Amino acid sequence: MSPALELFAREVRLAWGRGGGPMVSVGFYAGVATLLPLATGPEPARLAAVAPGMAWIGLALAALLSLDRLFERDYEDGALDLITLSPMPLELTCAIKCLGQWIATGAPLALAAPIAAIALGAPLALAPLIFASALVGGLAFAFTGGIGAALSLGARRGGLLTAVIVLPLFVPPVIFGGGALDAFASGLPWRSGFTLLGAYAAAAVALGPVAMAAACRNALS
Amino acid sequence: MITRLEIEGLALARGGRRLFSRLSLTLSAGEACALTGRNGAGKTSLLRAVAGLIAPEAGRIGFGDLDAAEARASGLHLLGHLDGLKSGRTAREELDFWTRWNGGTAEAATEAARRLEITPLLDLEIRRLSAGQRRRLALARLLSAPRALWLLDEPLSPLDSDWRARFGEIMAEHLAGGGLILAAIHDPLPIPARAVDIRADGAAA
Repeated sequence: MSPALELFAREVRLAWGRGGGPMVSVGFYAGVATLLPLATGPEPARLAAVAPGMAWIGLALAALLSLDRLFERDYEDGALDLITLSPMPLELTCAIKCLGQWIATGAPLALAAPIAAIALGAPLALAPLIFASALVGGLAFAFTGGIGAALSLGARRGGLLTAVIVLPLFVPPVIFGGGALDAFASGLPWRSGFTLLGAYAAAAVALGPVAMAAACRNALS
Repeated sequence: MITRLEIEGLALARGGRRLFSRLSLTLSAGEACALTGRNGAGKTSLLRAVAGLIAPEAGRIGFGDLDAAEARASGLHLLGHLDGLKSGRTAREELDFWTRWNGGTAEAATEAARRLEITPLLDLEIRRLSAGQRRRLALARLLSAPRALWLLDEPLSPLDSDWRARFGEIMAEHLAGGGLILAAIHDPLPIPARAVDIRADGAAA
């Protein structure tokens, strides 16, 4: 197995492993979905109207939960030093770590999102689009979130710093994704929102690793 | 393969404080160098600068005719006081990962585990290992993927006297095979090594 695949497998296992990864995020997401009807009142019409938007808020916040461990763990135990001493460019290493994060936490969330939205009363026809946009949005969350996680390396209260850095970067995917779902639900053209979401994710995948690698080098020096 | 390490007029600063300046040192294949100095003198920082993790304020670090980035990427092992082992994973998972990451083979990993007598421990989680066992697992990484320059930061500290002597044999073999060792130490190395004392105004032999 090549070093890239090896690292990917390690990242997925670490994110999946003990202390939770996907279960924490999915549990948090389920919690938000459960509390929403209690907070807003159980009227089906009102719930159905906010369900797609709620899905995106839950996704963004659940993605944030697991971010602080993405680089911090390897930084604290010295593994990041050793990972950088490799022929593989640090940019690619960071991209692989984010991909692992996406598979381990983004994909389970993308599966949970349509279920939660439909449970709240969103139309069944919306489910495929919720799944697809949550999957693409999760990719954007992982790669922009990685920038925040790398920048806050070594900082005290790094989790808070990560949230402050990352929340503005999470705004566009929430707007594009939520907009696409809203448009689809009301029978309007939804492709433009979904395309913009895809474009944002592609830009994050292309540019994020460069910023992450620079931030990691800075933290190690 | 790295056959030479040249440090010329090196100055390092950490957190706005100058650690040392005008440090010069050359190391050729088969040579070991033991760095001593008081706490905070900059021994660890020197090792990290050689590994390319810290940029020097002044001076040059060269690896003979080799390109520095290439030499660092695949020519050196860094063993810090943090060992990079994940407490929730098994020793085997960690050894296998680092072996492949550093370009070693499965046979070399098996042989390294046998040599450091961690084979019976491989299925345990890292958290179950004692400090000395953890260190031996970290040392197995050095053997599982052959790289010429070893940068060792306090390599002996958690080892008992028996293992200190045995690691001495391993280091002597590495040197005999054309390797280079740069070690930051407080306790003397069990092999003949050039002593370099790091002081603020440069190193004194």
